[in-house]
Amino acid sequence: MASGIKDKVAILGMGCSKFGERWDASAEDLMVEAYNEAMTDAGIQPSQLGAAFFSTHMDDVGVGRGGTPMSIALRLPNIGVTRVENFCAGGTEAVRAAVYAVAAGACDIAIALGVEKLKDTGYGGLPTATVGTYIPQWYPNAVAPANFAQLASAYRSKHQVDAQLLKRAIAHVSVKSHANGAKNPKAHFRSPVSEEQVLRAPIIAEPLGLYDCAGVSDGAAAVIVTTQEIARSLGKKDLITFKALQIAVSNGWEMQSNEWDGSYLHTTRIAAKKAYAEAGIEDPRKELSMTEVHDCFSITELVTMEDLGLSKEGGGVKDVLDGVFDAEGALPCQIDGGLKCFGHPIGASGIRMLYEMYLQLQGRADARQLANPKLGLTHNLGGQPSQNVSAISIIGRADA
Amino acid sequence: MSDARSDTKNGPIGILGYGGYLPRMRLERSAVAQANAWFAPNFAGKKGTRTFANWDEDSITMAVAAARDCLGAGEDRSRIKGVTLASSTLPFAERMNSGIVAEALTLDDDLETLDLTGSQRSALAGLAQALSKASSPSATGEILVLAADDRQTRPASAAELEVGDGAAAILVGRGPRDRVLAELLGTGTVSVDFVDHFRPAGEDVDYVWEERWIRDEGVSKLVPQAIERALTAAGIGAEQIDTFVFPSTLAKMDAQVAKACGIRPDALVDSLASGIGDTGVAHPLLLLAHALEKARPGQHILVAQFGSGAQALVFRVTDAIGSFRPRVGVSGWIARGVSEANYTKFLSFKGSLVLEKGMRGEQDKKTALTTLYRHRKAILGLVAGRDEATGAVHFPPSRLSLSGNSAGAPPVGTPAQDSQRPYKLAERGAKVLSWSAEYLSYHPSPPNHYGQVDFDGGGRILMEFTDITKGEIDVGTPMEMVFRIKDKDEKRGFTRYFWKATPVRSASTPEKKEH
Repeated sequence: MASGIKDKVAILGMGCSKFGERWDASAEDLMVEAYNEAMTDAGIQPSQLGAAFFSTHMDDVGVGRGGTPMSIALRLPNIGVTRVENFCAGGTEAVRAAVYAVAAGACDIAIALGVEKLKDTGYGGLPTATVGTYIPQWYPNAVAPANFAQLASAYRSKHQVDAQLLKRAIAHVSVKSHANGAKNPKAHFRSPVSEEQVLRAPIIAEPLGLYDCAGVSDGAAAVIVTTQEIARSLGKKDLITFKALQIAVSNGWEMQSNEWDGSYLHTTRIAAKKAYAEAGIEDPRKELSMTEVHDCFSITELVTMEDLGLSKEGGGVKDVLDGVFDAEGALPCQIDGGLKCFGHPIGASGIRMLYEMYLQLQGRADARQLANPKLGLTHNLGGQPSQNVSAISIIGRADA
Repeated sequence: MSDARSDTKNGPIGILGYGGYLPRMRLERSAVAQANAWFAPNFAGKKGTRTFANWDEDSITMAVAAARDCLGAGEDRSRIKGVTLASSTLPFAERMNSGIVAEALTLDDDLETLDLTGSQRSALAGLAQALSKASSPSATGEILVLAADDRQTRPASAAELEVGDGAAAILVGRGPRDRVLAELLGTGTVSVDFVDHFRPAGEDVDYVWEERWIRDEGVSKLVPQAIERALTAAGIGAEQIDTFVFPSTLAKMDAQVAKACGIRPDALVDSLASGIGDTGVAHPLLLLAHALEKARPGQHILVAQFGSGAQALVFRVTDAIGSFRPRVGVSGWIARGVSEANYTKFLSFKGSLVLEKGMRGEQDKKTALTTLYRHRKAILGLVAGRDEATGAVHFPPSRLSLSGNSAGAPPVGTPAQDSQRPYKLAERGAKVLSWSAEYLSYHPSPPNHYGQVDFDGGGRILMEFTDITKGEIDVGTPMEMVFRIKDKDEKRGFTRYFWKATPVRSASTPEKKEH
């Protein structure tokens, strides 16, 4: 029986670039920005890095393939740099690799860095990724908003939720994230919006409007991990450790069998159960202090609350409208603005979620600081509702 | 051509089935006339509508639709041993167009496919050839004669208003007497190089000579010759013809030819000019299929077409005529029309107007032909894999089957290997599980509707929807499959085909106007 990852690895340092339309910065510049902050925070020299894991999704508008772009941009000391790609969950996947490398004793200190440069496409929204030679011959020319919008249609039908009520609930999700993002100097979007603005916005994919969709941003984030012993030997106190790291990937069941009802994320439920078990959490709604979930679209966040067991099934609408996940609520979600407002540079997003969690747990989140958080969960989703990658990490104070 | 009356010992030769297809959209001629009034005031006052193909339709997809209208939903199509596709607008100059149709219909591969083009009468030439082949003692099986046209016309031309898009199917062969709906009595042909219009290879639009010359020197002289030859071969007189099918865009030309030949005026059929337009190569077969819906035993049907000469065929309707109904039928397709007053939509779908696609429209649509061939049954035929042990249907088919997953829980056990058998989905009903309509990506007819559909009896595909009126899709909406253009690779000129879902419609329900 595997003993799991709980408390075996600690965060030594983190960094995150300003997210947004970074016309001024190349992917390489963004990497340097996040790396500098993380290395300063960790207080180490490049020669102390034993392995690097590099998350980036798009080839055509990014840095191309392989590990060399990171190694060259950061002038790394000829260590192994592994490119990790797992759709929008690549960031957490890179973290998992770094954490496992340290836990295995293969190296003392490892870095995971994610970057995405999306604003060199010339248009809004995500670029279309290539999917091989077979899928394009039958699969729709689908875009993310319409893939995730389908959750709304199936959710409404399953739980008999009035279309207007669901629209208002998901609007609340975005209003909350905008309010949070306004307090975050590194966020892409920093203006509060009203529910009316959200409801009136142009439709992107029925029933999702402009404000139901996350920002498409440039940005980079990095995390440096090591063992608790090494962290302490380097002078670190009040360590933040990994309690769980779980990834679940679709095997085609949702997309091909007739059993999935389209209203929830099958892999998130599986990954969440495993993560809670690994972390020793029995009542996540009570034990977690905060979450950063993959709110690529407002409906995704609402459904994810149920899949993580934080709302009961069919209860997401009420909890959202009751403000449970607002900054002042019982279980704040996206206190940094989330994908919605901090932004969504794909390969970096999973690490950005950890970054906020890390700041909060250390009491360094300035205007956004929550009162005494102990344990937080990140949920990083790649793909689309009917076939995807769900990556969950739980981190907390070493003594929590 | 000689008398083709059959050896009664082996059953008569004739028509075993028929069907048609008309695209849903009906362009208001008044909208065209109004838009072009500044340039071509002569078209003011033009009334009625014409059909036009959706952006994802062409002569191949329409031929498939007509064939399915004729063949019905039956699983066994093994009796079909030939597919002939006649069209002046074949999408491929090199690649067997009828072969694509045969793949879409999941026909056995031991059949003969044949493309016919080059003249407005190529459908009737194909029909005559197929009947002649069926009469050969060595003939086995049935031949599906298809005709379709999706013609491009110059904006502000007469043809733009007169032409329509559509397809028709006639299934022929030697049958037992109770299966032959109309027996072939005789055929007649005249082949001369009379150039009333032409279209050079590589061009999209016809060049047409003066109408008065075409009437007087062409149609009036050549068509009666072919008809006379057919009647002689059939051994009947012109006055015995009860139904006269002769499509022509020249006003009252059918009546004039009838009179010249001695055919009764009441034998003329509605040319569908007012609501549908002239569907080109498909039109004689379309009107024939329409006429067969109402035909009564013992009636004589004469069908003729003009083009590089003329062609005529005479049939006698048999007692079996009432035993067959097409799935929707030409009259059903006529009733399904939706008025469209948007002229720029028509121009855009026809390729006459290039709209701004935005950068998202720049995506490369290159098709790997190796992949297409390897998966042609799934892509062109919509054939899934059904696990023999569990009955679970998988699309696309795969070596390993799913097993043991449940909501929020991973699978238990080992997946079965090589356990799937081919399972056709195209003729099965389906329902929408989830859907959306998006405005983000480039789409020729936004918003792009797609979603997951669950098939009756198992199987699920996330697929595109087509022929949608905004607001008619919801979870649970019953859908049916249509064979359509998936993508066009404009860089290389290759067209990709796949199946799409469209709401099940009853023929009798009038459609809401599309906005």
